Amino acid sequence: MTDWCMVIDLEKCVACQGCSIACRFENNTPAVSPQESKNGRAIRWNDVFPLPLHIAPDQGEYPNVKTHYITRPCMHCKNAPCVKVCPVQATFTDEEGIVHQNYNRCIGCRFCTVACPYGVRYFNWFEPKWEETLAEYRNPDQLSVNGSLEGPAVRPTGVVEKCTYCVHRLVKAREQAKVEGRDFRPDEYVPACVQTCTGKARFFGDLDDPDSTVSQLSKSLRAIHLLEDSGAHPKTLYLAEG
Amino acid sequence: MQQTINLHDRDELIAPLYQFDRKFWTTLVVLIVIIAPGMLLYARQLVLGLGVTDLNRPVFWGAYLVNFIFLIGIAMAGTVISAVLQLLKVNWRRPITRIAESLTVFGLMTAGLQIIMDMGRPDRLVFTLLYGRLQAPLLWDIASLTLYLLTAIFALYLQLIPDIALLRDTSPASAPLWRKKLYSILSLGWTGAKEQWRRLEKAITVVSVFIIPIGISLHTVTSWLFSTTVQPGWKSTILGPYFVVGAIFSGIGLLFIATTFARQYNKHLKEYITESFYTNLGWIFIVMSAVWFYFTLNETLVVVTEQETLEFPVMASKLFGEFAPAFWGMIILMIAATWILVAPKFVSDKPTRNPLFQTATGLVATAISIVIFFLLWLRLPALAAPAIQSILIFAFIVLFIFALLGVTKWMKTRIITSTVIASAFVLFGMWLERWNILLPTLTHARLIPYTTYNPTITEIAVTISTFGILTLMFVVFYKFFPSISIWEVEEGRALEADSTH
Ligand code: SF4
Ligand code: SF4
Repeated sequence: MTDWCMVIDLEKCVACQGCSIACRFENNTPAVSPQESKNGRAIRWNDVFPLPLHIAPDQGEYPNVKTHYITRPCMHCKNAPCVKVCPVQATFTDEEGIVHQNYNRCIGCRFCTVACPYGVRYFNWFEPKWEETLAEYRNPDQLSVNGSLEGPAVRPTGVVEKCTYCVHRLVKAREQAKVEGRDFRPDEYVPACVQTCTGKARFFGDLDDPDSTVSQLSKSLRAIHLLEDSGAHPKTLYLAEG
Repeated sequence: MQQTINLHDRDELIAPLYQFDRKFWTTLVVLIVIIAPGMLLYARQLVLGLGVTDLNRPVFWGAYLVNFIFLIGIAMAGTVISAVLQLLKVNWRRPITRIAESLTVFGLMTAGLQIIMDMGRPDRLVFTLLYGRLQAPLLWDIASLTLYLLTAIFALYLQLIPDIALLRDTSPASAPLWRKKLYSILSLGWTGAKEQWRRLEKAITVVSVFIIPIGISLHTVTSWLFSTTVQPGWKSTILGPYFVVGAIFSGIGLLFIATTFARQYNKHLKEYITESFYTNLGWIFIVMSAVWFYFTLNETLVVVTEQETLEFPVMASKLFGEFAPAFWGMIILMIAATWILVAPKFVSDKPTRNPLFQTATGLVATAISIVIFFLLWLRLPALAAPAIQSILIFAFIVLFIFALLGVTKWMKTRIITSTVIASAFVLFGMWLERWNILLPTLTHARLIPYTTYNPTITEIAVTISTFGILTLMFVVFYKFFPSISIWEVEEGRALEADSTH
């Protein structure tokens, strides 16, 4: 069985936030006003922020300064705390290890947002809005099977959303292969952030295939998981700096 | 046995049920004025989204959830206390069982309301039934809440049947027809036959036995909402019992306030609810406060001593940081409440000349210590020097002790007033306790910058509304049913008469 996994090499990451922007346009996450953003309501499925976060690090003196950054998509945890607490199965893990979010099912209790140790989940406080003509350039893709609504589909107010590893791209790639009458290959699908990454720091693929890049990289001595102690068994891997 | 109801009881307890006088309508109007703004703001929240609150990322839960836990707490206590006293055959419980049980029902209803108000999509509430995942703690809570609500309504109703039958048989000729009909339907053909009494008493005992574990499970499950997550500050095994103790504690507080309110409202009740009830239940109150302090010490000391990297910042924010006013405010309220309850038991009635025990000293000390508390809270830069801080804290402690000593004499002679004051302190303190459990953890997320949470007018108004609704239910319910279980009181009198023979 395919086991989708992302590996991020922090040594190569230049903290340009390209992934964040690519994600925004791929998945139709609306920008919010600066005031709202200051109030902690910005939505960035893939966020880039300095580490350590809570203790001001010793950055040295200008011009010899050093800062560490991290880019953070959803970890698609194997023992996902968010999935465990959802009362209505609005968020669930599929057999290929992707944690989905169904906007038509979510009741907005925000238990998952509280349970996720990585702060990956976002809530729609207001109705999403796009400035001027931006709404015309929204990604028309969406996943809706049997009344569910996932992917870049515009979210209604009051539901939770999060990074899905661009699961709609996977579905599209599979359909493409089917139309062309051939087998689907795991390297036909990558999320938008991986495709756009300036520093070529992001890798994506099948962890179950021992020859895939991500499998090879996961054996690196630099490979680490974020907050291993949370017990969530995150799947997204990082290659540590230095 | 029912025939022993005398005319006196009927006049005092039943007659007011048919008097829709000025007092009743004024209360109603005042309550509606209190409730309306919150409801309007909630309607606005429904239209615009939860963004009208100050909830944010990572503070996804706020005042609504605090109210929820608080209301679940007071709701849990009512019926559990009355059931325990019932099973122990404690006689002084008789006049208060009905008020206790009704508080449970109303508390649970308003608690359910909080959950709905907190939901982003209240229109999808039914999904919890259609697609409910039994593995999710939230579903345990919903299941447990529903079960407890149904059992509590059942218990309240069982206990009401003989009184409803009495109302049916004694309603004045001027009573509206629909009320007569209502009573005759609700009384289920109760005639007071021996066999009916036997069955009723059996049923009440069975329900009492069942409702205790259900009530305790409800509050424990509510604590599991938090302790089953991996967030620092919540991963605690004592959260369950801590919540239960806090619940019983605040529940008794509300019971005192509700009973006193009922007594003030219908002066005749003073004959039934006497001071001895305040003294007796007061003892349980004191025990609860001791247990509560014990748990709080456990929670605090362990984390402070181990200084673990994730847990400690949460605790530090309570002890010294932005949650210090709420945390120390809670501790001070609890100490004061405990003192108010305990101290009168030790001092003598004799007047004294010792200036320490004068009410005036107490009031002055209270006033100054409140000022100092706010000075410390505001963290004025002018007073930031460690030496000044230490002096202020020391002065506060000394004045606080003076304040406690000063009011003792005054309290001693006014047992009911002082119990109500202590109850109010406990209620407010327990609300703060829930705040202190919920929010410090939320504002200290691991991978999200630390934030703050300041409730907006929406949350404040909705909170006020909620307590208004609770009072409204109470007032309206007791216009239709007697607030004292008449048959139980009668039974108590009969037993007393028997034993004196
Ligand atoms: S990182 Fe958070 S949102 Fe993603 S799977 Fe894990 S718990 Fe769920
Ligand atoms: S907010 Fe939505 S996805 Fe999250 S736990 Fe509640 S119902 Fe599930």
